[in-house]
Amino acid sequence: MMEILEGSHAVAEAVRLCRPQVVSAYPITPQTHIVEALASMVADCKLDAEYICVESEFSALSACLGASAAGSRVYSATTSQGLALMFEVCFNVAGMRQPIVMTIANRALGAPLNIWNDQQDSISLRDSGWMQFYAEDNQEATDLHFITYKVAEDHNVLLPAMVCFDGFILTHTYEPVDIPTQEEIDAFLPPFKPYNTLDAKKPMSLGMYATPDYYMEFRYEVDEAMKRAKQAYVQVGKEFAEKFGRDYSGLVEGYRLEDADTAFVAMGSLCGTVKDAIDEMRADGMKVGLLKIRSFRPFPSAEIRKALSGVSRVAVLDKNVSLGQKGAVALEVKDAIYGSGIDVLDYIIALGGRDVRKSDIRVIAGLAEKGIGDQYYGLRTEVL
Amino acid sequence: MALNIGCAAAPGRARDNKTGSWRVFKPVFKHETCTKCGLCETVCPEGCVKERADGYFDPDYDYCKGCGLCADECPADDIEMVQEEK
Repeated sequence: MMEILEGSHAVAEAVRLCRPQVVSAYPITPQTHIVEALASMVADCKLDAEYICVESEFSALSACLGASAAGSRVYSATTSQGLALMFEVCFNVAGMRQPIVMTIANRALGAPLNIWNDQQDSISLRDSGWMQFYAEDNQEATDLHFITYKVAEDHNVLLPAMVCFDGFILTHTYEPVDIPTQEEIDAFLPPFKPYNTLDAKKPMSLGMYATPDYYMEFRYEVDEAMKRAKQAYVQVGKEFAEKFGRDYSGLVEGYRLEDADTAFVAMGSLCGTVKDAIDEMRADGMKVGLLKIRSFRPFPSAEIRKALSGVSRVAVLDKNVSLGQKGAVALEVKDAIYGSGIDVLDYIIALGGRDVRKSDIRVIAGLAEKGIGDQYYGLRTEVL
Repeated sequence: MALNIGCAAAPGRARDNKTGSWRVFKPVFKHETCTKCGLCETVCPEGCVKERADGYFDPDYDYCKGCGLCADECPADDIEMVQEEK
């Protein structure tokens, strides 16, 4: 049913429909409304789940890990400093192959303290073995939860996943969102079938010690599962599209790319602004397009190479920076199209929630055409 | 050992981690002046020195980490630490 919902509440509704048996999270802006809504649902018997209150994000994800290992479908949500505190547990969850789904309400990392949006938090966890999907709007953020649970729990994948959507820009924005019925989701997402379950009657340890003789092979297995996740994601995405009429099956998605000279690359809510800017620039005869990256992990190198094959230059908009290098997305796009001769220009943009307007996208298109890039865009040099 | 998804292991699987590869020196039980007192078995932190049918003792090189405690403690000076060759 179509409803006008705050992004966080739409996500909470989606999570409720996925029937998690255990929810554990620690409130942190701008994620708070999601877990607040879920706590209310549990208190009001609208969600039959154990809601475990904890004293930190480290404990939240640890509780989730234990609950998942005991055979439950599990949910958590966090952002920024909270995700940073989960760092150690994130690697353990992936290594123990527990298909936990966690929403990330993307936010900048301190210091300086900043509660606004960029994508530094989840990007910094890119090597943890979690899948990462980025939503452009609240409908996509909602739907990605259904798809992601199904992909994560596929026994051919068995990896945890982050559904990332931009803090405030999406979490606190009211948009029309089509919320499926419980029957529809039950038909799409079957109950969780754990691969390994901790059971006192059949003793077993998870996350065992592995000497140098075995460790590397365990890491390799996670890497291979991540590669298999690409196909699993596309398949589940298509299945979702057939049932619900909304297609997220692309690991990447092109917008007016066909005859584009300059291709923007972006992730998350920024894509909406870029699409509007592209429409205006196209009306003025500028050949511009967008490649939206939906899946940052697994990273769709082949799909990116194919999608960008006809363009002259690529302008990557990075809401993060690998300090001492460039933006993480640009580096990986560059790797994906290495040898093609296409210029990749990086623009660090919108860190700590600085607004990006259509006019900014137009300015960047102009810079890219002149070959000016690999820089911070909109830097206030007067305060430096 | 074939890997299990999620590093899952049934009880007793720690035996699969053969720690003998960590060794730099290995104890050689010469069985010349040995009085079969069993102190080597008692002091071995790895629990890998075992008594044989004839009453002498031998280390299990699959797990012996070469710490040298048995050689240090042997009252009969019958255990020699020699450099491992790999």
